[in-house]
Amino acid sequence: MSTPKDSLETAAYEGSRVERSTREVEDLAKGEYKYGWTTDIETDTFPKGLNEDIIRAISARKQEPEWMLEWRLKAYRNWLRMDEPTWAKVHYEKPDFQDLRYYSAPKARKGPKSLDEVDPKLLETFAKLGIPLDERKLLAGVAVDAVFDSVSVATTHKEILGKRGIIFCPISEALREHPELVQKYIGSVVPTGDNFYAALNSAVFSDGSFVYVPKGVKCPMDLSTYFRINASETGQFERTLIIADEGAEVSYLEGCTAPMRDENQLHAAVVELIAHKDATIRYATVQNWYAGDEQGRGGIFNFVTKRGKCEGANSHISWTQVETGSAITWKYPSCLLMGDNSVGEFYSVALTRNMQQADTGTKMTHLGRNTRSTIISKTISAGRSDNSYRGLVRVMPKAENSRNYTQCDSLLLGDQCGANTFPYIDVRNTSARVEHEASTSKISEDQLFYCQSRGIGPEDAISMVVNGFCKEVFDHLPMEFAVEASRLLSVSLEGSVG
Amino acid sequence: MLEISNLHASIAGKEILKGINFSVKEGEVHAIMGPNGSGKSTLAQVLAGHEAYDVDLEKSRVTFLGQDLLDLPAEERARLGLFLAFQYPVEIPGISNSYFLQAAMNEIRKSRGLDELDAMDFDELLQEKMKMVEIDPGFASRAVNAGFSGGEKKRNEILQLAVLEPRLAILDETDSGLDIDALRIVSEGVNRLRSPNRAFILVTHYQRLLDYIVPDFVHVLYKGRIVKSGGRELALELEEKGYDWIRTEEDAGAPV
Ligand SMILES: Nc1ncnc2c1ncn2[C@@H]1O[C@H](COP(=O)(O)OP(=O)(O)OP(=O)(O)O)[C@@H](O)[C@H]1O
Ligand SMILES: [Mg+2]
Repeated sequence: MSTPKDSLETAAYEGSRVERSTREVEDLAKGEYKYGWTTDIETDTFPKGLNEDIIRAISARKQEPEWMLEWRLKAYRNWLRMDEPTWAKVHYEKPDFQDLRYYSAPKARKGPKSLDEVDPKLLETFAKLGIPLDERKLLAGVAVDAVFDSVSVATTHKEILGKRGIIFCPISEALREHPELVQKYIGSVVPTGDNFYAALNSAVFSDGSFVYVPKGVKCPMDLSTYFRINASETGQFERTLIIADEGAEVSYLEGCTAPMRDENQLHAAVVELIAHKDATIRYATVQNWYAGDEQGRGGIFNFVTKRGKCEGANSHISWTQVETGSAITWKYPSCLLMGDNSVGEFYSVALTRNMQQADTGTKMTHLGRNTRSTIISKTISAGRSDNSYRGLVRVMPKAENSRNYTQCDSLLLGDQCGANTFPYIDVRNTSARVEHEASTSKISEDQLFYCQSRGIGPEDAISMVVNGFCKEVFDHLPMEFAVEASRLLSVSLEGSVG
Repeated sequence: MLEISNLHASIAGKEILKGINFSVKEGEVHAIMGPNGSGKSTLAQVLAGHEAYDVDLEKSRVTFLGQDLLDLPAEERARLGLFLAFQYPVEIPGISNSYFLQAAMNEIRKSRGLDELDAMDFDELLQEKMKMVEIDPGFASRAVNAGFSGGEKKRNEILQLAVLEPRLAILDETDSGLDIDALRIVSEGVNRLRSPNRAFILVTHYQRLLDYIVPDFVHVLYKGRIVKSGGRELALELEEKGYDWIRTEEDAGAPV
């Protein structure tokens, strides 16, 4: 597999979604996707196709400032000149970009002011997904922004956060109420021309979350966005922008689901994180988009660019992802370690089964002195799926005494699946220390027998061994998420091994 | 409680067990001795239900507590009350000892229609059993056998035995690799668990273990067959004379 380094360099894709239901695993049919239903709701949907008028219309719907429209159009013109990247180890039929819709939103009663004004059908949809938005049933300790197709429908706990000066709102709202902040930071980590899908997203993004945590503030609760795709033949292009000012701290969680459909759907998001001096951002994703059926029909194309900039000294960005869904996943949550002593981390579990394909990893670019990065990747492949880790560690000339530790472990369930590791290392400073460890193993018969000999059934035994394999990553998830991630794995594994 | 008749099993096309016969009654302790490679671990693993071995189902019959053992998958044998302490305990990285044992215990309880134990009740039980086999409480949160020393792994098997309280426990060379104190602790643990309705099969190479845990019967396994059975004095005789006299008798085709 010869994947040129600079193709990875110019492209970074990433996906997202979350799932926080407390329902019992027993409810779940054999490894079946339980979020495959649709909500019947009246929508404001644009005609198919992409051109400057569509972009103008999106911008107008959002009542955006003029500069934003210009920014979008510039991105669009860039995009027209770009080619879809082909270097990832995934095979699929290219989307026909003129056959997609770029905007679909539930017909709102003119921008709900409070949760009471949100369409009950939407509240019901999210409640069914385990995300209560109703003030009386709010999840304690987590503020949620719920995104339905192209728009954010509700954001909870805004007042508590507002008292500390924390801004947590849909990015469309931030563009109206805090345009100077958005203008300052948007595109500063992932420029509009960064790669094909980032350019497309910059042109047509419809919503997403915006977070600003002011100087010295530690966010008192986890912030979370839940993305739900509902409309058919519609792409979801969300844009998330998170800024932690000097000494600030925030932990952000993201989850996603979509209905089961026979055709593929496109999800091309961009996430940008900015950590100033002494700031910390923890970003966790549990991705459970619809993955397609056993024959590989349908499922989400998850092409996402996620990148964080450790701008100030001693800043810290940590990405944790659990990827179990999507027909195709391309994502490389990355860190630019600019500040001296800054720290970047990437903890990933990617599970593929049936015909799923995942090509995921990270890119750590060491620019400042004494910068450190850690990469822990665990891939689990079952069925006829294909699962690749792809990572780049680059140490630039000024990054004195930088260190990286990378560990990639692959676990195979069955013998028709594939696991690949593509590590790229580019060190331009002799004081750097870069370590890479990798392992590939089949699930061990002896471990399974040992569990069984203690009374644990074969499926539970597999799930136990796999959960143990993922432990180092789950340890970096907030408790509630870790429990959910472990359940998701167990459910996904049911019936995976014959 | 356990009746084994004409048990034949092979692995990789090679017959290892060539017609094993013996039975174990409730409350009894049987010792199985025999030279390296004679099939002792194979017998233990086959009884516990390891699927890597091909059991000749035409010839072989094994019943345990009135059930046809060879029909059951490993987990059901365990739920029925069979326990194997492994000669080489397996590591399960990332899963804590206490989580593993609680899961095992609750599977067994569920199969018997009992309520599952919650984390608190289980923890109490685990602490008590850890004290009994003198294992440091810190081991509860360590991953199953991962990075344990050889002796610690063996002691951990005895801890599992003490927690799961099976009806029949097969100990495959649990004494090998134990220091003198650990041997005493393990033996005391086993003796404490001896009861009129629980039986033990001890696979061992050393008389020393049998000084602590006095067996009711001793069997010698050689080339896949039990070639001699007797009381505890047989073990003493083996200790003194080694296996050569058995080899000579057997290989000459002499009657046993
Ligand atoms: N997977 C295998 N493939 C081929 N031969 C095997 C396999 N497993 C075990 N054997 C053979 O079966 C025979 C019996 O092995 P077993 O482990 O049962 O002996 P044992 O009596 O327990 O010996 P020890 O006293 O050394 O523990 C040995 O000759 C061994 O090499
Ligand atoms: Mg042996």
